[in-house]
Amino acid sequence: MDRLRRTMMFVPGNNPGMLRDAYIYGADCLMFDLEDSVALAEKDAARFLVYNAVKTVDYGNTEIVVRINGLDTPYGKNDIEAMVRSEVDVIRLPKTETKEDVLEVEAIIEEVEKKIGKELGTTKMMAAIEGPLGVFNAYDIATSSSRLIGIALGAEDFVTNMKTKRYLDGMELFTARSQIVLAARAAGIYALDTVFSDVDNEEGFRKEIEFIKQLGFDGKSIINPRQIGPVNEIYTPNDKEIKKALDVKRAIKEAADKGSGVISLNGKMIDKPIVDRADRVLHLAMAAGIYKEESGYEE
Amino acid sequence: MRIIKRAIAGTMESSDIQIVVEAGQGIEIELKSSVEKQFGNQIRKVIRETLEHLDIKDVKVIAVDKGALDCTIRARVLTAAYRGADIKEDYNWEVIN
Repeated sequence: MDRLRRTMMFVPGNNPGMLRDAYIYGADCLMFDLEDSVALAEKDAARFLVYNAVKTVDYGNTEIVVRINGLDTPYGKNDIEAMVRSEVDVIRLPKTETKEDVLEVEAIIEEVEKKIGKELGTTKMMAAIEGPLGVFNAYDIATSSSRLIGIALGAEDFVTNMKTKRYLDGMELFTARSQIVLAARAAGIYALDTVFSDVDNEEGFRKEIEFIKQLGFDGKSIINPRQIGPVNEIYTPNDKEIKKALDVKRAIKEAADKGSGVISLNGKMIDKPIVDRADRVLHLAMAAGIYKEESGYEE
Repeated sequence: MRIIKRAIAGTMESSDIQIVVEAGQGIEIELKSSVEKQFGNQIRKVIRETLEHLDIKDVKVIAVDKGALDCTIRARVLTAAYRGADIKEDYNWEVIN
């Protein structure tokens, strides 16, 4: 079954209260940040704090991701060592430009896994693409390591590099978003969209979620617990979608029972892509806990 | 490990603990906490164990607790201790582990 990654909430790595409480809001993934939200003088403090929190706190089924500092900083190597030892689920690379960026981090992860006797490959990775070169190399990046669970767009750096800024309609991100979701789909991994920084603009936020869902993204990075509800709601199949998916599945079964090669539902032909979409809706509904294969709906 | 200078880690914010370390004789812990009566001994124990784990024998610790979890206390002691020992980005993770 697909893992839900509708919402990945940023949590500043040097804030003990937030590290402790962040999971209660129901985000699918938490991303503890050692990079941009941590002052240079506090890099050591944030790393020890996140390391001890991940080792100790029970976050239940929430996927724990840690964004490390790049290997071009003095902090990246220790960030990786600490996070592999903490048994974090996923290490997120910032500012990924080439597949070599991924492979360099992977080599250190592997070295630490060997050192501590951890099964190789247990620590997963994801790569944030935040510049034009990374967007160009998106497919190479997405296919560079079997540890990669997904790639994500980081828009703030991207628009700055592109000599533009963020606009509400998101047109400046259209190519990058399309390229990233295309690369992720071709590689068979997840695509996560960038943050929407104006927490008070719920209408704009909802439009953006609808749009990235339309493009095919699996979910969105978020910066505030208030943003979890709208993303989860828009990304969770509604009753109508679940019913339609079940109808499709039923029609296939009936056709198979009759030995019929042609399947139709309400006068429309059903072919493989439609069946695949129905399966995906049911997987998402199951992962969200609102539908169970045998017993049907969970109210 | 030896504490060679005064160093500080953590904040006075809720759920945090501020740890100051300075050179001392033996392990001496001065603690201020709003939950002193209930958790004072546990907080001291975590601070002491973390220091002993790093093989620090002589240190004075001044701690102001704002309701920190044990894992936060450990993190702040580790940070202050390494800063006090003037060790930067050169950690022995085998020991920290």
